Amino acid sequence: MSAETSNDRAIMLIARREISTRLRSKAFRVATLISILILVGIALVSKISSGGPSYQDVGVTPAAASTTDRLTAVARALHIDLRVHDVGEAAGRARVRDGELDGLLVGDDPAAIDVVVQTGLDDDLRSVLQLVAQRAALDRQVSALGGDPATVSAAVAGARVRVTPLERPTETDGQQLALGIITSVLIYMSLLINGQAVAQGVVEEKTSRVVEILLATVRPRQLLIGKVLGLGTVGLIQMAAIALCGIVAGTATGALHMHASATAGTVVWLIIWFLLGYTAYSLAFAGVASLVSRQEDVAAVVTPVLMLLIVGYVIGVSILPSTPDSGFVAALSLIPIFAPTLMPVRLALGVVPAWQAVVSLGGIVVAIPLLLWLSARIYQNAVLHSGARVRLRDAWRTG
Amino acid sequence: MARQLEIDRLSKRFGEITALEDITFQVSAGEIFGLVGSNGAGKTTAMRIVLGVIAADAGEVRWEGTPVRLDTRRRIGYMPEERGLYPRMRVAEQLEYLACLHGMTASAAHASVDAWTERLGVADRRDDDVIKLSLGNQQRVQLAAALVHDPEILVLDEPFSGLDPVAVDVMSAVLRDKAGTGVPVVFSSHQLDLVERLCDRVGIVRHGRMITAGTVDDLRAGGREELIVHAPQAAPGWADRLPGVTVHDHSDGRTRLTLGEDADDQLILRAALATGPVHEFARRRPSLTELFRHIVGPREEIS
Repeated sequence: MSAETSNDRAIMLIARREISTRLRSKAFRVATLISILILVGIALVSKISSGGPSYQDVGVTPAAASTTDRLTAVARALHIDLRVHDVGEAAGRARVRDGELDGLLVGDDPAAIDVVVQTGLDDDLRSVLQLVAQRAALDRQVSALGGDPATVSAAVAGARVRVTPLERPTETDGQQLALGIITSVLIYMSLLINGQAVAQGVVEEKTSRVVEILLATVRPRQLLIGKVLGLGTVGLIQMAAIALCGIVAGTATGALHMHASATAGTVVWLIIWFLLGYTAYSLAFAGVASLVSRQEDVAAVVTPVLMLLIVGYVIGVSILPSTPDSGFVAALSLIPIFAPTLMPVRLALGVVPAWQAVVSLGGIVVAIPLLLWLSARIYQNAVLHSGARVRLRDAWRTG
Repeated sequence: MARQLEIDRLSKRFGEITALEDITFQVSAGEIFGLVGSNGAGKTTAMRIVLGVIAADAGEVRWEGTPVRLDTRRRIGYMPEERGLYPRMRVAEQLEYLACLHGMTASAAHASVDAWTERLGVADRRDDDVIKLSLGNQQRVQLAAALVHDPEILVLDEPFSGLDPVAVDVMSAVLRDKAGTGVPVVFSSHQLDLVERLCDRVGIVRHGRMITAGTVDDLRAGGREELIVHAPQAAPGWADRLPGVTVHDHSDGRTRLTLGEDADDQLILRAALATGPVHEFARRRPSLTELFRHIVGPREEIS
C-alpha cells in the first residue's frame, strides 16, 4: 500500500519537474511561437489564395442602365458581391482593358445582354447575367400573353426547395478540408516537438549523469513514465494553445466559418489522438534515445522513429486533400503506427465510418502497453551505459 | 539486529572482466570506513551495487540484517563517482526535488536545503543554475544532494576529489558529524593521508577482492617501525656497523633506518651524537601510503 503510494508520488514528482523545467525552457517557447505563427500564416495564405477580393466590378453604360436594378437584385439572391459602376462606353472599355472592371454592359436589350470583358467572363458573373437576361425574356413573354410580370416574379420568388437528407453527406467541403490540413499539421508538429523533447530529456540525464542518483531512489520505469507524463502534459497545453490561436486566426480572417459543433468535434478528436499518438511515439523515442549518451547522437538514433511519423504526415497531406476517401489511406490509418498522423485528419474531413474509428483506437490502445514494456526494457538496460552507443540487441538481451 | 551495513560476498563480471570477486566487508553504525585501491580495483562497482544502480551476479547487501531494497536505498545518501546533476536547474530547486524523491515532504525538504547549502557554503548560489557554478561549488552541491534527505547510511565515491582545502575540512567535519549521529559512512579515496586521518577502519581492495581491512593502527602494526635521525655532520655509513640496524637511505644529513629485534635505540643515539649535533631523533610508523604501496606493489601506483 505505502509502496504504491510512493510509486505514484515518485512519478508525480518526476512529471512535475519536467513540466516546470519545460515551461521555463527557451527552446520550448520559441517552438510554440513558431508553430502558432505557421498556423496563423496558413490561415492568412488560404484567405489570400481563395480569390482575393470576392466581389465583381461591373460597368454599366447609359444604354444598358435599365438592367442595373435587376442586376443587383439577382446578385444578392445568388450571394454574389457585385458593385455596379455607371460609366461611359469609351471610358468603360478602357477600364476593362486595365482590369479595373470585370465586365462592361453595352447593349440596350435586357434580354440579350452584350458584355465586354478583358479575356473571359467570370462564372459567377456569367450566372448573374444569364439570369438577368432570362428574367427579361420571361417578362416579355408574360406581358405578350397578357399577364402581369410582377405577379409572376413574386410567385417565382416564393417557390423553394425543401431538402430532407436521409444520410449525412460524405462529400467533403472546402471548410472541412482546411480543418483537415490544419489538424494534420498540428498533430504532426506536436508529436514531433514533444516526442523529440522526450528523447532529448532522456539523453540529457545520461549526459549529465544525474540518472545515476535518480536510479538510486526510483525505478527506471518510474523515471520513464514520469518524464512521458510531464512532457505530455506540457505538450497538450501547447497544442491547445496553438489550436486555439489557429481557430481564432481562421475565424478572424474568414478562412474558417464552420459550425461550432464540427469544429469542436475535430478538436476533441485531435486531443484524443494527440494523447494516444504522443504516448506511443514518446515511448518509442525514449527507448531509442536511451541507447546514446550525447546530444549530438540523438538525431541519428531517433531517425527510424521519426521516419514513421514523417511518412504518415506526408501521406496525409499529399493524398487526403485530393482524395479524402482514399482506401489506401483508410487502411493505413487503422495501423497503430500511422493512425496518430492519419486518423485525426480523416476524422476532420468527416470520412471515417464508425467501425474504422473504433478499430484504430483499439489498435493503439493495445499497442501502448506493449510499447511501454518494450521501451522500459531497453531503457532500463541502456540508460546507465554511458559512453559509446549501446546496440539495440545488447540493450534487449542484458538484464 | 546490529545496525550495520554488510557487503557479503559480492561478485560481478562485465563480459570477460571480473570487477568484483567475493568482496566482503561490514560498516557499523557510527563508523567511517575508507575504501582504498587502484583505479579499476572495484570500489565504484561495489558502491553502485550497494545503491542498486547495477545488479550483482552473486552476493548480498544487508542493512540491519535484511537485504537492501528500494525503500532502504531511499534512506542512503549517495555520491556517485561520475558527478551528476541537472545542469540547467537551480541549485535549491534541484536539491529540494532530490530530497522529495527520497521521501521528504516539501516543507522538510525546503528547510533541509537551506541548512545544508548554508553549511556547505553555497547558500548564496541557491537560485543559480548548477552549470553556472565553479567545479568546486558543483562538488559542494553534489555533496548536499547526498545529505539533504537526512540519510541513515552514507556511500560516497571519491567525495574529496576536486575539493579545495577549505572544502576538504568542511567535508571531513560533515562526515565526522554524521558518523557521530550513528550513520555508517563508506567512502573511497585516493587521498590516503585523508583516509588515514578520518577513517575508523580502512579496507584495501585489489582486483575485486578485499585484501585487508582493519583500523589504521592494525594495518600499520603489520609494517616495520622506522627511525629518522637528522645529524647534519654525520658522514654516510655512520650507522652501518650498529647491531640490528638497516639503513634505507641517507641524504642531507637525514638517515632513515629500520630496527631489528636486537637493536638498541640508545646506542644509535650515542653513535649519532658522536658525529656532531642531532636535530631530530624520531620513531615513525609507516604511513598508509607506504602500506598501500607495499600491498599493491610498485606497478599499480595510485593515480
